[in-house]
Amino acid sequence: MQAQGLVKRYGDREALRGVSLEAGPGELVAIIGPNGAGKTTLLSILAGIARPDAGEVGATDGAVGWVPQQAALYRRLTVEENLLLFARLEGHEDPRASTAEMLELTGLRERRGEIVARLSGGNQQRINIAIGLLSRPAVLLLDEPSVGLDPRQRARLWEFVSGLAGRGTTVIFSTHDIQEAERYGGRVLVLADGESLFDGSATELREAVRREAPEDADRDFETAFVAYLHHRGH
Amino acid sequence: MGGVRWLLLKDLQILRRSPLQAVLLVAYPILIAVLVGFAISRGPEDPRVAFLNEVPANSRINVGGQELPKANVKKQVCERVECVFVADRAEAEEKVESGDVLAALILPANLVNKINSLSTLTPGVPEVEVLVNEENAVKAELVDDRITTLMAEANLRIARRIGNEGARYLSLIVGGGEFKVLGETIPILGLRTSARILEDVTPALPPALRPSLEQVTEFASQARDNLDVAKPLIDRLAQPIAVEKVVVGGKSPPLEIFAIAVAATLTLAFVVILLVAGSLALEREENAFPRLTRGLVSSNALLGEKVLLGVAVGLVVTLLMLVGMRFFVPLELSRIGLWLLAIAAGAAALGAAGAALGAAARDVRAVSLLAFMVTLPVALLSLVPSGSVGSGVFGAIRYLTGLFPFKPALEAITAALDASGPSLGGPLLHLAALFVAYALIARLALRRFATV
Repeated sequence: MQAQGLVKRYGDREALRGVSLEAGPGELVAIIGPNGAGKTTLLSILAGIARPDAGEVGATDGAVGWVPQQAALYRRLTVEENLLLFARLEGHEDPRASTAEMLELTGLRERRGEIVARLSGGNQQRINIAIGLLSRPAVLLLDEPSVGLDPRQRARLWEFVSGLAGRGTTVIFSTHDIQEAERYGGRVLVLADGESLFDGSATELREAVRREAPEDADRDFETAFVAYLHHRGH
Repeated sequence: MGGVRWLLLKDLQILRRSPLQAVLLVAYPILIAVLVGFAISRGPEDPRVAFLNEVPANSRINVGGQELPKANVKKQVCERVECVFVADRAEAEEKVESGDVLAALILPANLVNKINSLSTLTPGVPEVEVLVNEENAVKAELVDDRITTLMAEANLRIARRIGNEGARYLSLIVGGGEFKVLGETIPILGLRTSARILEDVTPALPPALRPSLEQVTEFASQARDNLDVAKPLIDRLAQPIAVEKVVVGGKSPPLEIFAIAVAATLTLAFVVILLVAGSLALEREENAFPRLTRGLVSSNALLGEKVLLGVAVGLVVTLLMLVGMRFFVPLELSRIGLWLLAIAAGAAALGAAGAALGAAARDVRAVSLLAFMVTLPVALLSLVPSGSVGSGVFGAIRYLTGLFPFKPALEAITAALDASGPSLGGPLLHLAALFVAYALIARLALRRFATV
């Protein structure tokens, strides 16, 4: 997945200001930044939902799966009906087999007949991700996938996502949780007010924070990161 | 096309999964439609009027010393209103005050005497008394209309009777005959016979007397001719203006067919618009729209699927309703092909309008409210007949209702139900134009959906 110099404007406001990104197979890239940083806009452009006003997104070898922040599924259908519908829409030769595979992958086989609205937020998110995986994507884009999940559900989610990356899927996810980005992101892209402030490993980010905000370096990483953003004018 | 099939299946699954909403979606429009249809097909009920007749039973209207046949006032009045007979004025007042009756009609004891005085040198003013309780303006207007009509009819009937008697006397004077008075029969010679006798005797008179007699004969002839002319004039006095109804435009089916067409179109409109608008808004509410249009289905296909859903469900519900109506009103089942055509065309245009509404709103609740707020007033305005409001207002109503598919759908269904209705071609073309227009609006409005 490659993107160069992406610019996106909403009226007078610039949501993205020349952001570039590159991610290889099996890589887990975390996009981090405060609310309004441009994370969702960047993922939407990478997913092909929105068009950039400038810059370009390179072609990928394979499909790009997209998992929006809010679960995009039908709450009045069952787990199985949702997966079957999207498998059919994806044009799978054997949609029932694909559905069974996803049920197995998400660990929801026992609950396949349940109406989605009755499932927990975590389980809904797993179906949301499973639908994104139905296209068998080479790149999976996850927009704040852990929002609203309890710690146990988060742990299961990241175990699942890490497994995907382990099997060669490029995973790019957004989060505003610095610890989540540090723990699961092999690489971290920091966005603030549409501007790319940092692109590197979590360790390199810690060093950059220590360098830019030395007076807060000994405090917890989240506080130091906020000080770093402040020093960078955000 | 495959995607549309699966989306259609999904929408039907969702509909099946929400039985209460599905029942309300179908039952509520049918209930409204049946009520409106029932109200249209039935005229207003006869109002309840308390009736007190104080006129002595043996009183007769007398013209020129001759009693007219018994008028049977009670029968005449009670054919037009639901009579509630009361014993006295106090009871009449009590019933009016309590609202048990709309009004009370009291025929006073001297009514016939006053009418009889009309043909004397000292005519009185015959009066009837009407007690009303004008607790609201609508009721007051209704009472005024009913009583005025009733009195106009009574006056007309009396005038006709007097006119007929007058004409009979004229015939007697002109043509001669017998006149009964106080039990005796008096022969009347008549002007015609008088003139003939005078003509016969003239040659036998001395020549000096003949000119005078010829003048009398001439007068008798002129009087006979002129009074003959006066007879039809007296007849017309009772009803000077006759009404001749000429249909110069428009073709209307029987009222019950029109009522069924209104009921069917209302059902179709609510079912299709609510379903299409709601199911489209649901795609947004469930955040599924961007995921679907990322390559799984096109926006056009998604719109087409929603309209198809509306047409399919609307067709089934409306057709079932019409088939059910056949048990009460004789509908021509041989025209079922035209029914299907009209319903499908109406449903398609209404579906496109529903899609435009669905694309404009953000969630299902808002879109349902919007659909009701648009559909109900437009449907009611579509039923306003020309001439019932000012020409400017009617022009505005016609323009407004022409922009929405309800009226052409009603015209198409009316035409399809009965051969005596308007033609089907015009409404179908109108619906086709509206379908294209609303589909374009929906397509443009759908762009807002893509905003993440």
